[in-house]
Amino acid sequence: MPDSGVFEYLAAGLRGAVSRTNALPNCAFCVLVFGLSATLSYPRGSPRSCSHIATSGAVPAVPRDYFSQYITIGIFVLVGLGLVGVTLQLARLVRPNVPTREKYTTYESGIDPIGRGWTQTNVRYYIFALLFVIFDVEAVFLFPWAIVFERLGTQAFIEMLIFIAILAFALLYAIRKKMLEWL
Amino acid sequence: MSGVVDLIGAVALIGLIKVVVVFVALLLTAALVTYMERKVIADMQARVGPNRWGPFGLLQAIADGIKLFFKEDFRPAAADRWTYAIAPAAAMVPSFLAIAVVPLGDHVTVGDRRVDFVIADINIGILYFLAMGSLGVYGVVLAGWASGSKYPLLGGVRSTAQLISYEIALGLSLVPIAMVAGSLSLSDIVAAQAGTVGNVTFFDGIPVLEQLQDIFSIVPNWYIWSQWPAFAIFFVAGIAETNRAPFDLPEAETELIAGYHTEYSGIRFAMFYLGEYIHVVVLSAVAVSLFFGGWHGPGLGILPWLWPLLWFLAKTLVVVYLIIWLRATLPRLRYDRLMWLGWKRLIPAALLWIVVTATVNTEGVSRNIRLAVFVVLAGLILAWVGRGDPRLAFAVNPQSGDDRGSA
Repeated sequence: MPDSGVFEYLAAGLRGAVSRTNALPNCAFCVLVFGLSATLSYPRGSPRSCSHIATSGAVPAVPRDYFSQYITIGIFVLVGLGLVGVTLQLARLVRPNVPTREKYTTYESGIDPIGRGWTQTNVRYYIFALLFVIFDVEAVFLFPWAIVFERLGTQAFIEMLIFIAILAFALLYAIRKKMLEWL
Repeated sequence: MSGVVDLIGAVALIGLIKVVVVFVALLLTAALVTYMERKVIADMQARVGPNRWGPFGLLQAIADGIKLFFKEDFRPAAADRWTYAIAPAAAMVPSFLAIAVVPLGDHVTVGDRRVDFVIADINIGILYFLAMGSLGVYGVVLAGWASGSKYPLLGGVRSTAQLISYEIALGLSLVPIAMVAGSLSLSDIVAAQAGTVGNVTFFDGIPVLEQLQDIFSIVPNWYIWSQWPAFAIFFVAGIAETNRAPFDLPEAETELIAGYHTEYSGIRFAMFYLGEYIHVVVLSAVAVSLFFGGWHGPGLGILPWLWPLLWFLAKTLVVVYLIIWLRATLPRLRYDRLMWLGWKRLIPAALLWIVVTATVNTEGVSRNIRLAVFVVLAGLILAWVGRGDPRLAFAVNPQSGDDRGSA
């Protein structure tokens, strides 16, 4: 389909991926990877199957109330936000409002505040944020593996050991570089 | 088409009923927990605690709520208007959203529909719980920044670094649970803990132990028995995630006045306050579901749907009691010790436990490989510990931590 638009291309690929991986996510990550690989390779071939999503035989259907669970979470979010909003508005109606100049200054142990409130902060916080990104992504990669590791056997076991060892080495490196020392 | 509309209608109605019931129950429990905390800590400090409103002061939480509701609520002139306004909601909403995936009890059948006692049984429940924990960071950091004041700003940045550090340990501590349960759905994980440990034949042929192993037929089949290291990491990291003592550095009243909510008053302050207690209750509920069998427990024949709910509530309150007990017992950590514990103890421990769980449970791994992994792990632990007694470093030179290698 050389003349079809890129979006049709993407949509067709994604549809193909979803119909193939209808056992839908035990693992969000795999669906992500599958969707991507299927999309990129759509006209040429099907994505390689992942060992823990059954591709032989009939494609299992998405459970009927799969999406209804997320609808319910949506309702929960709306009810929660609504309740918070209503509470704030109600309180606004009943509370007193007696402004004086001193009330609107910021608190600084009883003296008049000096300078602005937005002061400089230690760069250490930034380094921790960087390290966080690395290790939190690691956790995301571990979860899909954790669901199916029992059946994957020795090879996947060794691979995961190597993966964890690399990250443990990264942590060790950060420690040796004294990146995790406060002050 | 009308079938689809009907289906969505039915789903929405049942969902709405569930949501409202759980929401009210959660708010009441959180209010009860504020009272419980004050009463328990008073008891531990040989005081009386709240005793004016209602029998034993039970209505204290409601009295506090009414008082805060009618208090003047003013925004400092230096504050960033909109961020300041939405921060309390941003702190409170994610804290109760996490309860949506926790199974609170068994199911009932209404008409021909099976209604589970869980708001949403999604198959990525653990990830959802972790995601809501991450969103909770926003409330604190936005409040700290938006106040336009120095103490809240310090509380806010402290809190960000603390929460993201312990979030890693929290996430990693749940990987072994996903491994043994083979699922991320909290309903599946609770279902896997039904019943008792059962017949143990491990000690057959040994005189006294053979008799004693019968006791396992009444021991509930909880993950805490095999996964207690995961629970220890989860519990410590979870308390840090809720900003509770001994990890209450974002608030730290002796250093930062009240940290990120110094400039808040009235109903907005009440939201931070209630949000923290909801977070504690939800964390305890998740801990019960993951490690203590969730709603499973013996019941009587009458009202079979009620007993699981009561068991769940009772177990949750026990965990809440533990968290309150910790506050009464432990002093607050210093900031560098906090980071030391999170990055150099909890994260390596969590990684180690993942490897151990994988080594024990993967099918078809040969004995030699398992043995080799354990030897390497033991060597690593010995090498780490042998670099100097960490307790000594803690006492003598806490500045340097334990990794400067002076034994």
